[in-house]
Amino acid sequence: MAIDPSRVPRFGHGSRVPGWDEAADLTKDPEGVPEPATTPVPEELRARIEEYMARYPDRRSAAIPALHSVQEHYGWCSPEGIVQAATVMRLTPAYLTAVATFYDMLFMQPVGTHDIYVCTNISCSLRGADDLFAAFHEHAGDDPDFNIRSFECLGACDIAPMISIDGDYVGPIAPDEVPEVLDAIRSGEEPFPERQMKNRKSTDPNA
Amino acid sequence: MTETLLLKDIDEPGLHTLEVYERRGGYEALRKALGMSREEVLHELEVSAIRGRGGAGFAMGKKVSFLPKGQMDKYLVCNADESEPGTFKDRELMQKNPHMLIEGMLIAAYAGGINRAFIYVRGEYQLPAERLEAAVEEAKAAGYIGERVLGSDLSLTMWVHRGAGAYICGEETALLDSLEGKRGNPRLKPPFPANQGLYQGPTLINNVETLYTAPVIIRMGGEEYAKLGTQGSTGTKVVSVSGHVQRPGNYEIELGIPSRDIIYGLAGGPPEGRSVKLWFPGGSSAPVLTGDDLDVPYDFDSMAKAGSMIGSGAIIVADDSTSVVDVALKTAKFYRHESCGKCTPCREGTNWTVKMLERVDSGEATPMDLDIMAAVCENIIGNCLCVLGDAMAMPIGSMIAKFRPEFEAHIEAARARAELVEAVA
Ligand SMILES: Cc1cc2nc3c(=O)[nH]c(=O)nc-3n(C[C@H](O)[C@H](O)[C@H](O)COP(=O)(O)O)c2cc1C
Ligand code: SF4
Ligand code: FES
Repeated sequence: MAIDPSRVPRFGHGSRVPGWDEAADLTKDPEGVPEPATTPVPEELRARIEEYMARYPDRRSAAIPALHSVQEHYGWCSPEGIVQAATVMRLTPAYLTAVATFYDMLFMQPVGTHDIYVCTNISCSLRGADDLFAAFHEHAGDDPDFNIRSFECLGACDIAPMISIDGDYVGPIAPDEVPEVLDAIRSGEEPFPERQMKNRKSTDPNA
Repeated sequence: MTETLLLKDIDEPGLHTLEVYERRGGYEALRKALGMSREEVLHELEVSAIRGRGGAGFAMGKKVSFLPKGQMDKYLVCNADESEPGTFKDRELMQKNPHMLIEGMLIAAYAGGINRAFIYVRGEYQLPAERLEAAVEEAKAAGYIGERVLGSDLSLTMWVHRGAGAYICGEETALLDSLEGKRGNPRLKPPFPANQGLYQGPTLINNVETLYTAPVIIRMGGEEYAKLGTQGSTGTKVVSVSGHVQRPGNYEIELGIPSRDIIYGLAGGPPEGRSVKLWFPGGSSAPVLTGDDLDVPYDFDSMAKAGSMIGSGAIIVADDSTSVVDVALKTAKFYRHESCGKCTPCREGTNWTVKMLERVDSGEATPMDLDIMAAVCENIIGNCLCVLGDAMAMPIGSMIAKFRPEFEAHIEAARARAELVEAVA
C-alpha cells in the first residue's frame, strides 16, 4: 500500500510526535518536586487535593482525583496546574504528566468547554454511530466551545447510538437531530429530557 | 423467571436514598450477617457457589477464603470500571440502587476480615458515581460504614474512586496500579491480589454485580441460592442485550436458559424481516457465535462448550444486514486503542491486525492475508501479560474462521470497485 505523505498528520516541525526533535537540555537539572514557598496554588485547588490525599494510605493514590481537579479548575491539565498539583502532592510534575497522558479523559491540550463524547463502539455503530459522529463534526467540528470526541463503549448501549454531554448520557440520537442537540447545549438546556439516561426505566418485565 | 433478585423494584422512586432502601428491607441482610460468625458468612458464600460476574467467572467464596487470616490491613476493591463493549449492567444497578452495593461490600468485608474498601468507578459514569458518593456518605452517617458497624467487630472505611477513561483499568491488577496513582499497566501474576494486591496488602477484588449478590445470598441462604440456575452456574445474572434487537436493555435471567429466550423472548430479536447473523455472548472479548447457536443454554459451562464465554454477560447482536468485516474492524480498533503497550504480542498484534483488516476492507489484501491474520491471533493467545491481547484475538479469530467466505468476497468486491475507480480516472 502506497502511503500518501500528505495525509499523514504532522506537526509544524515535520515530526509526527510533538517534541520529537527537541533534544533534552542536558545542562539543566531534572525538574524536581516544586518548591512550595515559591509555587502559589489556588486555595480551593489545594484544599481539594489535600482532602483526596487524606483518603488513601499512600498519597500518590490521589493522582487521578488531583488531575481531575486540575482539569476542572483550568479546563485542561495545563502545565501550570500540573506543577501546582505536584506541589501539593510532593511529587514531580513529570510523575503526574506520565499519569495524565495514560487516560482518555485527561486532556493535555486546551479543549472546548463542553465535552461531547460520541460513542462509536460496536453496539452504537451497529445503530448508526459513525454517521452521528460525522454529523457532530460537520455541525460543530470547528466550534471552540465544544470538545467533540469519538469514544469507546460508554456503557450505555441500551440507548445506542448515544452521546455523553459533560457526563450526562442521552440517546438514541439521529444524525439530523444534531443541530437541535447543539442548540440546547448552547442555551444551557438538557436536550431530549425523555431520552436522558437518568430518566430511563428498566426494560426487564419483572423489574 | 417471575421473581428477579437484583432488578426487583429497581425503578422504585428514590431507591437510591437510604430512606427508601431501608423501607424496602435494605441493610437487613447486613444485620443478619453480623449476627453470624465470619466463618458462617463465608460458608454461605461458598455454598451459594456464585461465580464472579466480571468476566473470569471465578468462585467468589473461594476468592474470599484465599485471603490470609490474622490482623493486618486488608482491602476490598469493587471493580466498577465496566468498560467491556456491550456491558451496561453495573451502571443501571449503581445508578438506581447504590446502597445494595454498599451492603454487599460490607458483607464481603465482614467475611474476609477486611478493613478498607474502595469502589473504582470508570470516569465516564458521572451519575452512578455521584449516587454512590452520596450513598456512602449516608451510610457513614447512619453508622453502616465506620468503626464497629452496628456494634459488631466489623470496622471499615470506604471511598469512591473515579477513574479517567481506560478500558485496561478493568483488568484487576491494572486497576490496582491505577488506584495507587500510577498508569494503569497490568502486573505479572503471581503474586495474586489475594496475597499482594493494593499497597502490597491482601486484596479482594470483585465485580459490582458479584458484590450485589452477597445480600441476596445472605437473605435466602447459600443453599437456596444454589438451587437457582445450573449446577456449575448458580443463580441469576443480569444480561445486557444490545445491537440489532428491538428492546435493548438489561434483563435478569436464571442462568442456563436458552440464549434464544434472551435474544428473541426478552429483547425482541432483530427488527422485522431480519435474522441473527452473529452475536457476542459475553462482550466483545468473547468469540462470536452465529444464528445456528441460539439454542445454547446461557451459562458458563454450556457457553464454554460452544466455544465462547459469557464473560461480562453482554450480548451484542448483529443481524444479516451487517458486514462482518465492519464488526471485525471495530472490534480490533477498540483493542488497539486500549492496549496498554506493556507487552509486545498485544501492542504489535492489535496494531497489525487493524492494518490487515483495513487492507481487507479496501481490497488490497489477498486471501493469504486471512491466514496470516489467523496466525497472528493464534500467536497472541496465551502469550500476553494480561488477557487483553487474547480478548482481541479470540473474537477476530472466530470471525475469520466462521465467515471466511465473506471476508474473501469482501476483498474481491472492494478490489473490483477500486479497479473501476482507477479505470474511470
Ligand atoms: C482487559 C480486561 C478488562 C476487564 N474489565 C473488567 C471490568 O470492566 N469490570 C469487571 O468487573 N471486571 C473486568 N475484568 C475482569 C477482572 O480482571 C476481574 O476478573 C474481575 O473484576 C473479578 O471480579 P469477579 O470475580 O467478581 O468477576 C477485566 C479483565 C480484563 C483482562
Ligand atoms: S496484553 Fe496488552 S493490555 Fe495486557 S499488559 Fe500486555 S500490552 Fe498491556
Ligand atoms: S457501544 Fe456505545 S455505549 Fe456501548
